[in-house]
Amino acid sequence: MSPTPAPPLTASPPAAPPAAPRPRWLTTPAGTAVTAAALALLLAASTLPAIGLGTALVPPAETLRYLWAALTGGSIASDEVTRYQIIWNIRTPRVLLAALVGAGLGAVGVAVQALVRNPLADPYILGVSSGASVGAVTVGVLGALAALGPYAVSAGAFAGALAATLLVHLISRSAAGTTPLRLVLTGVALSFGFQAIMSVIVYLVPGNEATSTVLFWTMGGFGAATWGSLPAVAALVLAGLAVLHTLARRLDATALGDETAASLGVDTERLRRVLFLVTALMTGAMVAVSGAIGFVGLVVPHVVRILVGAAHRRVLTVAPLAGAVLMVWVDLASRTVAAPRELPLGVLTALIGVPVFLLLMRRRGYLFGGR
Amino acid sequence: MHLSLDGLTVAIDGATLVHSLSLDVPDGSVVGLVGPNGSGKSTALRCVYRALRPTGGTVRVGGDDLASLKPREGARRVAALTQESSSDLDFTVAEVVALGRVPHQRGNGPLTARERELCASAMESMDVAHLAHRGVLTLSGGERQRVLMARALVQEPRVLVLDEPTNHLDVRHQIHLLSLLREVGVTTLVVLHDLNLAAAACDRLGVLSGGRLVAAGPPADVLTPALVREAFGVEATVVPHPLTGAPQLLYRLTHQEGTP
Repeated sequence: MSPTPAPPLTASPPAAPPAAPRPRWLTTPAGTAVTAAALALLLAASTLPAIGLGTALVPPAETLRYLWAALTGGSIASDEVTRYQIIWNIRTPRVLLAALVGAGLGAVGVAVQALVRNPLADPYILGVSSGASVGAVTVGVLGALAALGPYAVSAGAFAGALAATLLVHLISRSAAGTTPLRLVLTGVALSFGFQAIMSVIVYLVPGNEATSTVLFWTMGGFGAATWGSLPAVAALVLAGLAVLHTLARRLDATALGDETAASLGVDTERLRRVLFLVTALMTGAMVAVSGAIGFVGLVVPHVVRILVGAAHRRVLTVAPLAGAVLMVWVDLASRTVAAPRELPLGVLTALIGVPVFLLLMRRRGYLFGGR
Repeated sequence: MHLSLDGLTVAIDGATLVHSLSLDVPDGSVVGLVGPNGSGKSTALRCVYRALRPTGGTVRVGGDDLASLKPREGARRVAALTQESSSDLDFTVAEVVALGRVPHQRGNGPLTARERELCASAMESMDVAHLAHRGVLTLSGGERQRVLMARALVQEPRVLVLDEPTNHLDVRHQIHLLSLLREVGVTTLVVLHDLNLAAAACDRLGVLSGGRLVAAGPPADVLTPALVREAFGVEATVVPHPLTGAPQLLYRLTHQEGTP
């Protein structure tokens, strides 16, 4: 039984029925696939100039030749060894790391914003980066973990990141479960605590070593990238991306509210624990090798949502690619704009990201959590 | 599917919000839960859609203890329209409605043709099909409520649990929604504030006061002036509806004894 329509008040003809609504093309499966493919192509095309350009400029053909030689075990002339070293042992791992970290930060940003239900959240809001800094500085100053050789500081940072996350998790827990607000407040409060500890260490320990370590971890950079450190980060980031992707539909349900998610059969408590663990491992791994690179994890999720809509299946497909492209170009800019000096990455991500973000936000009526 | 609450008790932080509530919702019937603010109606419902674990007692759906079912299996049987109508993210209406299929889906695969058909007809029946590709955050309260109702229908539940489903709705959509409930024939437990609508829409009513069930039965037996005075602190004249015979309450807007 449908309600009887009210009789018309005037004799005017009924309005024509509205045309069948159509979704925005970018939010359709085809639109998202094309966006993702275009970004993947752009990423592939970006790596070549990113590897070739720098203080020592290597033309694309030569770059390709070196890469080919490295991958196939081919030979190069003896006077080319230096340039080959720069291309294969310094720049290639650096660009790959930039792409990986960009992808990871984009996806973790999406996940953390869903976890704490806050549009201002970024991957570092739960204390991961400041915990990592404390870990790295402690290892650097005390000379612990020396058995790990060149990876000691990274290992210290990773351990610090996980310890900080565990602490945040334990403190924010209550009988009624972990609420997003408690989580974010605990994370922010503990971040201040870790920063204070870091300052104390820097203040008490003589010499510049601690200061420069802290500076690296707070500014971030890919200067320390090596083939040796790449596999561990790659494994954690890629596995994390895969896990997050399988959670997409549950993340959608949770965005409607915990009650609604429960009525849809989603165990929000368990989902939060998984999200927390996955994002902590991914962020910890990224921070350990490249420090805390700001802004990417905050803005890429929003830019991607503006483009392809809010559904996590689409956002988690596009955000890693967008983050990777952005990071590769930002890293290239950081080492070429003021060469031979390197600009801090966070400065450039903000310089590029802020205008793009503001422009997109104004063009489309972007809403997050109400008007 | 038969729904029964059996000695349901909920205590949070030492305050007992629901005292051993027992209520039967026979297969295919619509049972209304009414009562003043803070009487435990929503709390009882939250136990049925599993947002809350009862401190004592059981909720049985189709004979099975809900607590023994996996969350996903529970959600295939029970769908809910909750009071929270907010969303953090600007999903489109069609996306929100499609989320009703979450308990039926595995992985991230797209909807099947049958599921898309289901979504389209649910949106049609809740009069939101024309909003399909609008963002939910741009909708009015009533439109959003209808979208969430369409989502609950898409879940293809055996039991519907509705917490003030007529909230924000204009009178036409209120009547449409409640008549739809009678039409689809799903076992329904619904909290309503409007006693006249409750009397017209429900087969049976349960009246909660202070977390206890103080009366239960057909609307004509339950909605007596004495009970309305006792449970709500309001003087009302009860008359039968001239066409349907359902009890209807008439109030006088003067200062009433017993109210502050």
